[in-house]
Amino acid sequence: MMEPAAYLLLSGILFGIGVVGVVARKNALIILMSVEIMLNGVNVAFIAVGSHLGDVTGSVFAFMVMTVAAAEAAVGLAILIAIYRLKETIDITELNVLKW
Amino acid sequence: MANFVSSIRFSDPYFSVLLMLGIGVGMAVAFVLLSQALGPKRYDRVKYSVYECGVDPFTTASVRIPVKFYLIALLFILFDLESAFIYPWAVLFRQLGWFGFIEMGIFILILLAGLIYAWKKGALEWQ
Amino acid sequence: MSPIPIDAAALLTGLRCILPEILVVATAIFVLFVDLMIPEENKRILCGISLIGVVISLFSVFLLGPARISGFSGAVVHDGLGAFFEIVILAACALTLLMATGYSEWEGTHKGEFYSLLLLSTSGMMFMAKGTDLMTVFLGLETLSIPIYVLVGFHRHRMSSIEGALKYFLLGAFASGFFLYGVALMYAATGTTKIPALAAMLLDARLAANPVFLAGVGLLLVGLAFKVSLVPFHMWTPDAYEGAPTVVTAFMSAAVKAAAFAALIRVLLLTFGGLQPVMWKVLWALSVLTMTVGNLSALLQDNVKRMLAYSSIAHAGYVLVGLVSGDFLGGQAALFYLLVYAFMNIGAFGVVILIAQKEDEGYDIRNLAGIGFKYPALGAFLTLFLVSLGGIPPTAGFVGKFYLFSAAVKNGYIWLAVLGVLNSAASIYYYLRLVVYMYMVPAEGEMPVPRPSRLAFSAALFASGAAVLLLGIFPGSALDLAARSVLSLLM
Repeated sequence: MMEPAAYLLLSGILFGIGVVGVVARKNALIILMSVEIMLNGVNVAFIAVGSHLGDVTGSVFAFMVMTVAAAEAAVGLAILIAIYRLKETIDITELNVLKW
Repeated sequence: MANFVSSIRFSDPYFSVLLMLGIGVGMAVAFVLLSQALGPKRYDRVKYSVYECGVDPFTTASVRIPVKFYLIALLFILFDLESAFIYPWAVLFRQLGWFGFIEMGIFILILLAGLIYAWKKGALEWQ
Repeated sequence: MSPIPIDAAALLTGLRCILPEILVVATAIFVLFVDLMIPEENKRILCGISLIGVVISLFSVFLLGPARISGFSGAVVHDGLGAFFEIVILAACALTLLMATGYSEWEGTHKGEFYSLLLLSTSGMMFMAKGTDLMTVFLGLETLSIPIYVLVGFHRHRMSSIEGALKYFLLGAFASGFFLYGVALMYAATGTTKIPALAAMLLDARLAANPVFLAGVGLLLVGLAFKVSLVPFHMWTPDAYEGAPTVVTAFMSAAVKAAAFAALIRVLLLTFGGLQPVMWKVLWALSVLTMTVGNLSALLQDNVKRMLAYSSIAHAGYVLVGLVSGDFLGGQAALFYLLVYAFMNIGAFGVVILIAQKEDEGYDIRNLAGIGFKYPALGAFLTLFLVSLGGIPPTAGFVGKFYLFSAAVKNGYIWLAVLGVLNSAASIYYYLRLVVYMYMVPAEGEMPVPRPSRLAFSAALFASGAAVLLLGIFPGSALDLAARSVLSLLM
C-alpha cells in the first residue's frame, strides 16, 4: 500500500487551487467551479486515508460529498440563472444592491 | 500562540503530513499567482475569438441557449449522482438479500417522487 | 459470499431514534404532492398540513422523552441535547409557518414549494442537532443549507433577494468546503469520524498536540463559525438577512443558529477535556470580536431588518460566552439563551413584517414613527421583544444573559463577562431607538397603515410574546430542562 502522503499532497493542491479561485475570481460561475474543486480535493483525502486505514468510512464520506456537491451545484446554477435574467451579468463585483 | 508553536514536535510522523499539505496548498497558490505574474499577456482578435476545435468560428459564442437545456442539465446532474449510490448496492446485492432490496426500493421510490414532481411541474416539457 | 446478517432490532431502534425527522420529511414530500393536486387559490391548506406535521413531530419528540437512544451504529443519537434542540427548532418552524401564509399572500409569492423547503431544512437542522458522527453533522448541515439558499432567493424578481441568496450560497458552499477538509484531516489523524470516539482519543495528550488534528479542528470550527455567523466569518449575514423574505430571515436567525450551535456544543463540550488549553483562547477572542463588531455595526443601521441582522450576530457572540468555559453551567446558559432567542427574534421580525408594507423600502426606521400610539398592540409587542433582546428585566432575554455572564464569572472569565455586559448596554441604545421612534417621533406626512394581521399571524405573535414573558418570570423549569439536556451529553 502506497503511503497516503502523496495523495494528501494532491488533495492539498486541489483544495488550494479551489480556495485561490474562490478568493481571486470575480465570475460567480468560476467561483462555483472552484468550490467544486475544493470538494474534490477533500474527496481525494478521504479516499486516500480510508484505503490506507482499510476503513470504508472514507469512501462512504466521499460518496456523500459527491451527492451534496451535485445538489449544491444544481441550486447554485439555478440562482445564477435567476440573477443573470435580472441583471445580465454574473460578475460578483457588480452585485451592489445590498452593501457588502 | 508561542505555546502552540512549541507544542509541534518536528519528529512527529504527522508533521511530515502537515508539511506535505502545506507544500500542496503553497504550490497551488504559487501556480495561480505565478501564471498571472509571469504569463505573457497578448490581447488580440485571435485570442478573444471563440475556440471551435481549430476551425474558424462562424458565430459568436454568446448564443442564447434556451433555459430548457439548463433544466434538463440540472436534473441530469442530480439523478446521475443518485445512481452512484446504486452501484455499491448492486455489487453486494446477493449478500444484502431482501433487506437491501427493500431499502434500495425506498430510496428509488423517493427519487421517483422527485422525478414525478419535476415532470408534473413541466420541467421535462420540450416544445 | 455469505449473506450479511441484518440486525432487525438495531434497525428498529434506529428508526425510533429518528422518528421526529422521518415525520418532518414525510410531511415535506406529502406537501410537495398535494401542491401538484390543488388549485392556486387553495394553497393555504399546505400551510395547515405542514403545521400539523410539525406538531405531530413535536409530539413524537416528547413521546421519545429524554432517554438516550442510539441508532445506526452510533451515527445519530436521540438524547437530552438532541431533544432540547428539536423542541427549539420545531417551535421556530411552527411560528414561521403561522406567519408564512399571510406574508406570502401579501407579497404575492404563494407557492407550495415554500413549505416543503422549510420542512426539509427543518429536518436537516434536527439531524444536525442529533448527529454524533461528523458525517451526520455534515449531511444535516447541507440538508439545512441548500433549501435555505433557495428560500433566501425565493422572491426571484426582487434583486436584493436573489443577490442575498447568491452571496449566502457562495460563502456557505465555501465554508462547507472548509468544514469538510477539517473532517478529512481529523479522520486522517485518528481514523474515525465519530465524535465520542474522537473525545475518548483526545484523552491521549499526543493527539491533542498533533498538528494535523489541530488543523482539522480549526477548519471544522471555521465551517461552523460561518453558519452561526461569528465575526470574522459573518460577511454574508447582513446581506442574506436583508435580502431574504422576512419570514425566512426570522426562521434563519432563530433555527439555523440553534442547529449550528447544537453541533458546536456537542463537539466542544465532548472534546473539551483535551483541547481546553488552546480552545478557550480562540473562543474568547471570537466571542469578544463577534459581540463588539455586531453591536457597533448595528448602531449605524437605519434599516430595521439590517439592524436586526447585525444584532443577531452580536447574540451569537453572547451565546459563545457560555461555551468559552466549556462546562456544565455555561452549556446550560447557552441552551436556555438559544431557546429564548428563538422566540424574541421571531416575534420582533413578525411585528416588523406587519409594519413594513413591502419588502426593501418598507423597513426604514422612519416608517416606525408614531406607530406606538396609533396601533398600541403592535407597539406593545415590538417594545416587549426589543426590551427582551436588549436584556432588560422582567423579560426572558434578561434571565438568559444573566445566566450566560454569571457562568463566565464563576469560571473566572471576569473580563469576558465585563465586555459582555458593556456590549449589552451598548445594544440597548439601538433597540430603544426603535421604541423612541414608535412613541416619541411624530410621523412625517401620512402614516403608513400596517397590514391587517391574520388570525394565525396574531397567534404566532401572542405565543412568542407569552413565551418571552413566561420564560422571563418563571425560568425555572426551562432552565432545569436545559441543565438535564447538557448533563445527558456529559454523562
